[in-house]
Formats: sequence, C-alpha cells, structure tokens
Amino acid sequence: MKIINKLWIGLGILIVLSPLGLIIPEHCKAGSAWGEWGVDEMKELVGYIPLGLEKLASLWNAPIPDYAFKGWEEKGLVHVSFAYVISAIVGITLTVAVVLLLGKLLSRKDV
Amino acid sequence: MHIPDGYLGPATCGVFYAVMVPIWAVASKIVKKTLQAKQVPLLAIGAAFSFVIMMFNVPIPGGTTGHAVGGVLVAILVGPWAACIAITVALIVQALLFGDGGITAIGANCFNMGVVLPFVGYYVYRAISHNSSIVSNRRVIAAGIAGYIGINIAALLAGIEFGLQPIVHHTASGQALYCPYGFNIAVPAMAGEHVLVFGWVEAIVTALVVKYLAKQSPELLREVA
Repeated sequence: MKIINKLWIGLGILIVLSPLGLIIPEHCKAGSAWGEWGVDEMKELVGYIPLGLEKLASLWNAPIPDYAFKGWEEKGLVHVSFAYVISAIVGITLTVAVVLLLGKLLSRKDV
Repeated sequence: MHIPDGYLGPATCGVFYAVMVPIWAVASKIVKKTLQAKQVPLLAIGAAFSFVIMMFNVPIPGGTTGHAVGGVLVAILVGPWAACIAITVALIVQALLFGDGGITAIGANCFNMGVVLPFVGYYVYRAISHNSSIVSNRRVIAAGIAGYIGINIAALLAGIEFGLQPIVHHTASGQALYCPYGFNIAVPAMAGEHVLVFGWVEAIVTALVVKYLAKQSPELLREVA
C-alpha cells in the first residue's frame, strides 16, 4: 500500500480514538487548559470577571462550541464522545479541503 | 495554548494580526516556489494530523489539560513555511467552528503555534540531524528534541502574551481588563506545564512518526527547504 494511504488510515484511527482526549482528563479530574477558562470559572479563580474579557468572551458564537453538541452535555460519555468524533470529522474534512485547495493554487506543477 | 477571546487586549490582538499578514503572504510566496504538486496530499494530512492531535487533551491529574500540536512534525515533512499554512488553516477552523481559540486571538495563536513552533522545531531538527543518514536513530532523537523545544518556546511566548495583559490593560482601581494573571503567574504556568508534561507528548509523537516514516517511506524525510 502506498504510504500516503497508510497515513490517511492512521488519521482515521486517531479520529476514532479522539474521545480519549475527553475521557482521560475527565477521569483524572483535570480542568480546563491554563488560560482557557470560561467567565464563570474566571470569577471563581480571581473573584471578578475582567470587564474587557466579559465583553469579548461572547464575541463569537461557534456552531459546535468545544466540539460538543448543544443540549447533549448531560447525555453521558457515549453521546459526548460521539459528538467529539463527528466534530473531528467535520473539522478535519474542512481543514483538508481548504489545504488541498490552497495547495492546488500554490504548488508548482513543473516538477 | 489556544488563547480564547477576551484574554488578550485589542492592542496585542492587533499587533499579532499585523505580524501575521506579511508572514502569511511570504509563506504563500515561498510555498508557491517550493511545494511540489505531489506534496499537496502530505500537506493536507499534516494539517489534519495537527488538528486531531490537538483534540487529544492530556491531563495533569487534578490540574489543567494540554495537548501536542504536531506542528514540528509537519515542518520536518514539508518545511516550516508550508507547515505554517497547514497549521494556520487548522487553527482558523478550530476557532470559527468550535470556538477553540478566539477570533480576536487568531493572529497570536497562529504566531505561537503556526510560526514559532514549526520554525524553532524545524531548525533544531536540522541542526541536530545535520548530515546523518535519513534512517539513522539520530534523526529520531533530533525529531523528539525538536518537538520538545518547539512547543516549549511557543508555550513560553503564550505565557508572555498572557502575562503582559494586566500591565497594559487595567482599570483605574487596578482590576485587570483582560487576562488577570501577570508574568509571575502566567509564564511559569504555561512554560512549566509544557516543560513537565505536554512538551514530552509533542516529543514522543514527533519522534515516533519520524521513526515510522524512516522505516516505511524514508523518501518523505528528505530535507526540504
């Protein structure tokens, strides 16, 4: 098999395994990444919500915030993991499409 | 390391957008000269790999989480300029679709993870692997060290960007307007967790894939400009 196809398969395996990146931190009771707290967490940490942060924090409403489906948060690990995998597939498909397009525009065909 | 909206003030965000626009322009120009059409699928896989590896959050038990970026590996395979473009695309999709990293912080996040990380990693890899054979273990070790140093310098930079905020932006009474933690907390937190944990994840991932490729397809590891 050509190496490039092996790499695509490897990528597929990583996508399927990606919920480990959700489940293991939860199991270890690890919180958000440093500096990536939501406004509520921020208030708990420092006692107030910085004014500028409060204003900018809600600037953008991402369609699939935090790789999770809205309203699915309480449905348990299987649902959340499923949403995570779907998020990975959607995000990676879009990323690959944009890079292939850019690559088509930017690469040289003479070699 | 995905700085969200609201943590960096407008001045910092503006500076990093202003820095990134010419870098993206130069990257496009250089990639146009050097990237071969047959390398494009590899570039797409690199971007996809970076995207998915960033979803593998690794916990510090009872503490924070973090992840590898995979950007040093992409730079080793396609060169740092093409890696910059691949990582930029992944970061912008993560920000727009998933709210992972802020819209206002795209410039800063792309500079940290899409420029500093692949360039530092790439040149460390080049320096250590020097004239060694493509399939030598020295290259595997070089890749690991490059991954470790690349992500750590990027994390240090993110810590500095966070830490600068309370100094630049605060109310008359001294309350922070954006990130409330100064250098004394932000720098050791960001640098420390990457030195101790997440840097090793980047090192292992980079070294393992280079080892695999050296065995399976050494032609992919030929030096790229």
